[in-house]
Formats: sequence, structure tokens, C-alpha cells
Amino acid sequence: MTPVIEVEGLRKVYGAGDTAVHALRGLDLTVQRGEYIAIMGASGSGKSTLLNILGCLDVPSAGTYRLDGIDTSDFAEQQLSLLRNRKIGFVFQSFNLVPRTTALANVELPLVYAGVRRAERKARALAALELVGLTDRSTHRPNELSGGQQQRVAIARALVTSPAIVLADEPTGNLDTDSSREVLGIFDRLNASGRTVVLITHEDDVAAHATRTVRVVDGRVAGVLV
Amino acid sequence: MRLFEIAAFAVRGLTANKMRSGLTTLGILIGVASVILLIAVGNGASSAVQQSIAGLGTNILTISQQRAQQGSPVKPLTTADAAALVGADSPGIRHASPVVSAQATASFQGTSYAIGQFLGTDPRYFETTNSGVAQGNLFSDNDVQQARKVVVIGATVATQLFPGLDPVGKSVLVNNIPFTVVGVLTSKGSSGLQDADDMAVAPLTTTQNALTGYGSLNQIVVQAVSADALPRAQAEATTILNGRHRIGEGATADYRILSQDQLLTARTATTETFTVLLASVAAISLLVGGIGITNIMLVTVTERIREIGIRKAVGAPRSSILGQFLIEATLLSLFGGALGVAAGVIGSQFTIAGIQPVLVPSSVLLAFAVSALIGLFFGSYPASRAAKLRPIEALRHE
Ligand SMILES: Nc1ncnc2c1ncn2[C@@H]1O[C@H](COP(=O)(O)OP(=O)(O)OP(=O)(O)O)[C@@H](O)[C@H]1O
Ligand SMILES: [Mg+2]
Repeated sequence: MTPVIEVEGLRKVYGAGDTAVHALRGLDLTVQRGEYIAIMGASGSGKSTLLNILGCLDVPSAGTYRLDGIDTSDFAEQQLSLLRNRKIGFVFQSFNLVPRTTALANVELPLVYAGVRRAERKARALAALELVGLTDRSTHRPNELSGGQQQRVAIARALVTSPAIVLADEPTGNLDTDSSREVLGIFDRLNASGRTVVLITHEDDVAAHATRTVRVVDGRVAGVLV
Repeated sequence: MRLFEIAAFAVRGLTANKMRSGLTTLGILIGVASVILLIAVGNGASSAVQQSIAGLGTNILTISQQRAQQGSPVKPLTTADAAALVGADSPGIRHASPVVSAQATASFQGTSYAIGQFLGTDPRYFETTNSGVAQGNLFSDNDVQQARKVVVIGATVATQLFPGLDPVGKSVLVNNIPFTVVGVLTSKGSSGLQDADDMAVAPLTTTQNALTGYGSLNQIVVQAVSADALPRAQAEATTILNGRHRIGEGATADYRILSQDQLLTARTATTETFTVLLASVAAISLLVGGIGITNIMLVTVTERIREIGIRKAVGAPRSSILGQFLIEATLLSLFGGALGVAAGVIGSQFTIAGIQPVLVPSSVLLAFAVSALIGLFFGSYPASRAAKLRPIEALRHE
């Protein structure tokens, strides 16, 4: 079976010359369909950089990234937007909600670009908000929500299109233990329903939910703990 | 994804930030309105000048004195010259009115006023220059013969000296000599540069007696029998005056004849300069307005590059982002432009600095089109560049 994610010799350099930052230095990683991976590592080790590339939000400086066996550098812009919209759900470390727009509209956003009709869109967005326990906050704007609530809106937005791959950058970083447990429960259920989950975390008990933990040190995979 | 959804995003984008949308609209409004108004004022000024000249009649010749070449004696223009111009030798000439002008200050019950133009002439002058009375009467030939101290005043002089009163029959002191006001002239309006109502007219004889003395006339105003007869009248006047002033063949005359046409051409040239000046002011204001629009559009889009990144990250295709910002920019530009046109058109209904602006339709079109295009371009071009960025680059944008 082709791995859903296959990364070889991945490099990412920010800037050039003396000030160049080598965020990834030849990273290899293979993720099978249905796996639940936790990525851990020191701050600045390149975890977010890796996840952004996996989410097709950025491109590597060198190396290959095959998604479902296809080299992503072969995709045209339009196919990339389609991938981001249908196949991948991405939860940002810093939420990235559209400002001055209600939680419901934020969650509906990927569905609008997917061409889902209004009534169905609203029903699905409300269902996603219910899943993260925010039904009563659907008409609030991001600046009227707490950090944890914004985090959960961002998760609902990532789940609403039922993507095959869910990528989350420290999804529990801003949550208390209770909401943290709820969110992890959501990821567990997603994984149980066959979806591939990759999340970044600093906490061992979060990583404990995963089937495998990948440790990133200095832009490379240091060791795989099963 | 349907166009309707994209348009809905655009409208929501505009209403989500009313302050920003309002300021952008205001910027475009001011740009458009100021260009329209400035050009209308310039046009108003120049057409007022032309009207005031045309209002004098098209069949007039003005003869004035001119310094001759050095050495050759200058014969003054006299009442006799004026009289000689009308007769059997000159069938093209209907009237010739001698005109003297004086510096005059009029006072009435303690109020004094320096009259712009104080003329002494005969009653035919009124007919020649299309002047009528609004109140009272003009003076008569008899007044001229008897050198009666009567005066007909313009509307401006009337309001300055007799605010709220009927001037007819009142006695004013002109340079301390009492004159009786017999009439008030119909208002001819201001040309923006010169007030045609700031004048007073008295009999020639009286004016010479009391104010100017018996030197040369300032002008002889000649009325041709018709506008077509003007060249003929000019030729006849030249022959008669050359004879009387003994100007030989080829010599420079000591007088000058100007037709209304020539006067009009001369004045038109000056107002054209004026219009060119105003057009450049308008061009500059269009530029400044354009830069303002550019500025606010750039700020607006830059502020939203993160939003573009978010939309791209959840799978928005480039075309839908472009569409959204294009529609937003179009709505703002059209709305701001339309308000600007309305403001410009309404503003031009009011008299500005004594000038009644006259709208130039092409300037409305120009101002609207230029601002709309600038708004469209600078509203959508930076957005199209942002839409080409990788999502993460757009999201990192500061
Ligand atoms: N846009 C950028 N320009 C320059 N350097 C960058 C950029 N983004 C990241 N870096 C650098 O790349 C390195 C890896 O950053 P990255 O965000 O991947 O770290 P991280 O492992 O996610 O850290 P954290 O746990 O703090 O989120 C860091 O040294 C960072 O300074
Ligand atoms: Mg990070």
C-alpha cells in the first residue's frame, strides 16, 4: 500500500547568505494511511516548517514530498487549492481565523470554496461546531472568543470538509485540561474512523494518544519511538 | 464556486469594516468632486467673460486714442470727431457716442463709495451697449444740452449707496458735486473678473464741466447699422478720422479702432490662459486625489493579505480571491465615484468666489473614469499579487 505521506531528504532554507536559516536539513518521514503521528521536538527545531509543507501551504527548498504517491511539485496551483480544500484539514498554531467574521462563517469557509450549497453548508458547519462544543458561540466573532474557543473554531474548520488527513500544529497548546481532553477525543475518533492524523505537541500525555511519536531535532528526525 | 458567493464575500468584507470602507469612499469622493468643481469654476469664469462681452452687442466699434510715432503730433479725439462720424459719407454707421471717463467717489448721507467706472456720454450710448433701466429713466439729449447734473447708476452702486432705499430722485455727491439720480441700470452681472454693474453714467457735458475738463475723449463708441456692416463702418470711420486728423497714406494713426470681435478675441485669449491654468490645477488635484485613492487601497489590501493567506489555506482558488477583491474595489470605486459626481454637481450649483460654475460634462466623465480606474487597479492589483503568494507567505505578512 502506498504511504499517504512520503518525505525524502526534505530541506527548507529561509533567507539567503549569512543570515540563511536551515529549518529542515534532510528530513525523511513516511506516514501510512490511518496512522496517528505525534511530532515532538524543541522550539525552533522545524516542526511547524515540516507541517506547513505537509499541508501544501509551503514548498520545500529541496527534497521530495509525495502525497498518496504523487510528487507534490507536479501539482499545479489549482490542484493544490483543491488538495488543501478537500484532502487536508489544517489547524494552525495561531488559529488564523478570518477577523470580524462569525465563528459559523469561519467554519463554513472551506465549504463555500468546495461549492457546497448554503443550507447543507450551514448544517455541516453547525455539526462541526457542536463537535467542538461551541454551538452557543456560533455567532461570535474571533475577538469575542477566548484563545481556547478560537482554537476549537479552527479545529471545527479543519474537520468540516471531512478531510482524509488532519494536520494540527499544537492544537491543545491553548486549552485547559478538560477542553484538551475533548479535543484529543475528537482526534481519536477521527483516527478511529480511518483518517490520518499528524499533530505537533510538546506534551507527553498528548503524544500518548498517537500510534507513533516522531522526534525532530535540528531539522532532522532523531528517532522513532513506537 | 458561484459568482454570487464571491460577491457575498466582497459585500461582507466591505460591511465588516465600515470605517475603512467609509474612508476609502470619502477619499474617492473628494478626488472626483474637487476635479469636477475646479473645472466647472474655470469654465464658469470664462463663459461669464464671454457673455458679458457678447452682451454689449456685436455691432460695436470702439475708437480710442493711441500714441502716435515719436515726433508726429497727436490730435485729441473730440466731440466734433464723434459728430463727423455720422452722416451721408458713412451709411454704415448709425450712432457715434463720445465717452469720457472719470475717477469718481460718490457719497450719500455719510456713506461714500468709489465707483468702478464713471462715464460721461450721450443717451445713444445706452442703446449701443444694450443697457436699459430697472428703475427710473435714462437721461435725455435735453439733459446733455443743458448740462444737467443727473446720473444713472449701476446696480452695484445702488446697493452700496442706497441699501434698502429707492435711489431714484435722491441727490448724491460725486466728488462733492451734487447729482440727482434719475435711474438705475438693469443688472448685467459680474463676469468674475470685472463687475459690469459697478458703474455710473452722466451726460457728457456735465461730466466734462464738473469732473474731467475739456480734454480728449477717452473713447468714441460707434454703432454700425448691423453686425454685417461692421467692416464697412470700420472703413468709413477710418477714412473720416484720417481726413480729420491728417493721417497720410501709410502713416501710423493717432487713434485705434477695435471691433467687438477683436475685443472678444483678445479677451478669449486671456480666459483661455485662465482655463489652461485651472485645467492644470484640476490635473494636479486629480493626481493628488488619485494618490489618495491609491494609498488607501494599498493600505486596505495590505492589511488583508493575512486574510488572503487564510482563504488560500482552506482551499480558495486564486480566481475567487481575485474576484472578491475586484468586486470590493469596483463597489468602492463606483460608489465613491458616484457620490463624488453628485457632490461636484451639487457644489457647482452654488456661486463660488463670485463665479457661477458651469459644469463640463467631459470633466465629470474624466474624473469619474480616472478615479474608478485608479481605485480598481490599486484595489485589485496588490490583491492579485497576494493571491499568487504561497499561503504561508501571505499568512506571515506583516
Ligand atoms: N519565515 C521564516 N523566515 C525565517 N526563518 C524562519 C521562518 N519561519 C521559521 N523560521 C526559522 O526556522 C526555524 C524552525 O521554525 P519552526 O517554526 O518550524 O519551529 P518549531 O519547531 O515549530 O518551533 P515552536 O515549537 O516554537 O513552534 C526557526 O529557527 C525559525 O526561526
Ligand atoms: Mg511551531
